[in-house]
Amino acid sequence: MPSNHDADRVAGHWAKTRNLTFIILGLWFVFAFILPWYTKALNAFTFMGFPLGFYFIAQGSLIAFVVMIFVQNWFQDKIDDEFGFHEE
Amino acid sequence: MFRLQGKLVDNLPKVYGLYTGGFVIFIFLMAILDKMGVSAATIGILFVAFTICIYALIGWLSRTMELGADYVAGREVPAVYNGMATAADWMSGASFVALAGGIYFGGYGYMAFIVGWTGGYVLVNALMAPYLRKFGCYTVPDFIGTRYGGNVARFCAVVILVTASFTYVTAQIDASGTIAARALNIRYETGVWFGLLAILMCSMLGGMRAVTWTQVAQYIVLIIAYLVPIIWMSNRQGFGIIPHFTYGEAIHRIQELEPMVKLGLKATESFAGRSILTTPFNATGAPLESWKFATLALCMMAGTASLPHILMRYFTTPSVRSARKSVAWSLFFIFLLYFSAPCLATLTKLQLLDPNLPTAIIGKPFAEVANLAWIKNWASVGMVAISDSNKDGILQINEFFMRPDVVVLATPEIAGLPYVISGLVAAGGLAAAMSTADGLILAIANALSHDLYYKMIDPKADVRLRLIVSRVLLVVIGVLAAFIASLHITGILGAVAWAFCFACSGLFFPLVLGVWWKRANREGAIAGMICGFIAGCAYLYYVETGGAPWWGIDGLRFGMIGMPVSLVSMVLVSLMTPAPDAETQKMVDNTRIPTGGTILDAMH
Repeated sequence: MPSNHDADRVAGHWAKTRNLTFIILGLWFVFAFILPWYTKALNAFTFMGFPLGFYFIAQGSLIAFVVMIFVQNWFQDKIDDEFGFHEE
Repeated sequence: MFRLQGKLVDNLPKVYGLYTGGFVIFIFLMAILDKMGVSAATIGILFVAFTICIYALIGWLSRTMELGADYVAGREVPAVYNGMATAADWMSGASFVALAGGIYFGGYGYMAFIVGWTGGYVLVNALMAPYLRKFGCYTVPDFIGTRYGGNVARFCAVVILVTASFTYVTAQIDASGTIAARALNIRYETGVWFGLLAILMCSMLGGMRAVTWTQVAQYIVLIIAYLVPIIWMSNRQGFGIIPHFTYGEAIHRIQELEPMVKLGLKATESFAGRSILTTPFNATGAPLESWKFATLALCMMAGTASLPHILMRYFTTPSVRSARKSVAWSLFFIFLLYFSAPCLATLTKLQLLDPNLPTAIIGKPFAEVANLAWIKNWASVGMVAISDSNKDGILQINEFFMRPDVVVLATPEIAGLPYVISGLVAAGGLAAAMSTADGLILAIANALSHDLYYKMIDPKADVRLRLIVSRVLLVVIGVLAAFIASLHITGILGAVAWAFCFACSGLFFPLVLGVWWKRANREGAIAGMICGFIAGCAYLYYVETGGAPWWGIDGLRFGMIGMPVSLVSMVLVSLMTPAPDAETQKMVDNTRIPTGGTILDAMH
């Protein structure tokens, strides 16, 4: 249990964690909904031989999701360390 | 007798390295037998028997009578291996067997499954896994019951969990029956019971620990089985060794061919369960198209983040940080298969349509196609049908009928690959279906034995009794699911989509808000679960009994009705009733701190 003088530390940690989460969810929204929504329009462009819209829903968004989670965890670890919540 | 645990955790790379090597050698051995003229049926049986024996062996070696090992594998599974186990747990018979087939037939609309089933992990990682791990619960209803307090909330969570998981598990047993029937040349109804037997062998004796280590083994089999035929096919069609970055041309080519083969022609005959190709492969810009994509993807993502058999995998890691790491690895391993599925669908479609390829059948003389070995094989088990409806002696696009579920299984034969590849694919599909079924049956049995029996009926039960209850339940649930699966009610992909919608209608917001909104209280959570779940079910009933869907929200995406109802009722009722007490609020604060003991340990 955190004692009272830890309250600032806990609040600061949570504020940063929350901001990071919201940024990630924003990116998630773009790759999960915005880009697939405009597949037809994006198909006018070609990327590595693929129609661009098709590329996003078949591969691009998926790659973005994988990268996003690794990046989020990297930042989250830094936040945890910064506020002294590093475990073993 | 030596036990895997302790020894195994330190030697994982070696053990699974040896195992992978052994499996590759086995494949080559089968290839040699194939060349020597051993019959296709024998090779199929060897593949299935060999892999199942290995899983059963792992299951037996990991047997346990400890509670922690049974429920959460002793919380000592390293992140990467937990990632692999989760990937196998996650990628069901539906992903392996039916997904590429769905894309083959449904085109753009079905790609939403791919985006949904990967994007969901962003939600799992951002909103759920680390916090639930910190909580230290054994099951998902355990979290609901402790966070909100009281048996009513716990009971609601159990009901939703059981409904969603049970729907899902029947689809898995259905898939294992379909595969076993083809590989072993037995009837589908017999195949279902055979599949169940194999599934129970893995989880009966060792609970979560046994399931974890078999799932890692199953992941290795299924990913090899999925990628090998794609790579082989792509080499034949000239797209190189790794087609994922080069098959773009094939999509342009399909778009060119579609009008040439008169795609969109209606069928004049019908064969049960089998359909002709009518949907264009790429987006058409039709009204509602983007909306249907987004709604399906959203239901699948929210469902991912609320399906208990996935969430409970993150209870098995040693720490909060490793729970997060393990989500990242899970998605990576899952991604390997999902970004291959559209590739498989594309290459298969191209080789059936493109008259320049020797494997094409559309536009070929009917008698010639009817003589192909794969058409005969799959037609004899009722999976494929051809009929010269217009009597012109040529096979037209609306005269070739196929069950979407068999596209992946039939692909090696369509491409003319040696039978050893078909055997491999059957083993992979079986691994996928079995691993998911194991995870689901375990999730149900754990919820019933821990939350219903131990927490609500008999809190004084000792460890032995709890484990016995959990294992008896395992068998009962499995038998019930196999019985329902043997009735063959819906297609595999459809049943799976229902499971996701059940889960997200009832559980998504109570789980998320439990961590992210301190003001959420018991009354709100109960209202959210009951209203969301009932609204979703009522709408599903309305659509399935012939009601006209609202704004294209059909039976695949009824979570779009359940989720908003759940959110609104949960927020309203929470605000109308008193805030949770100081102790609960402190508990939520503590959940957000990654270090320190688990919440549940602190409470005991």
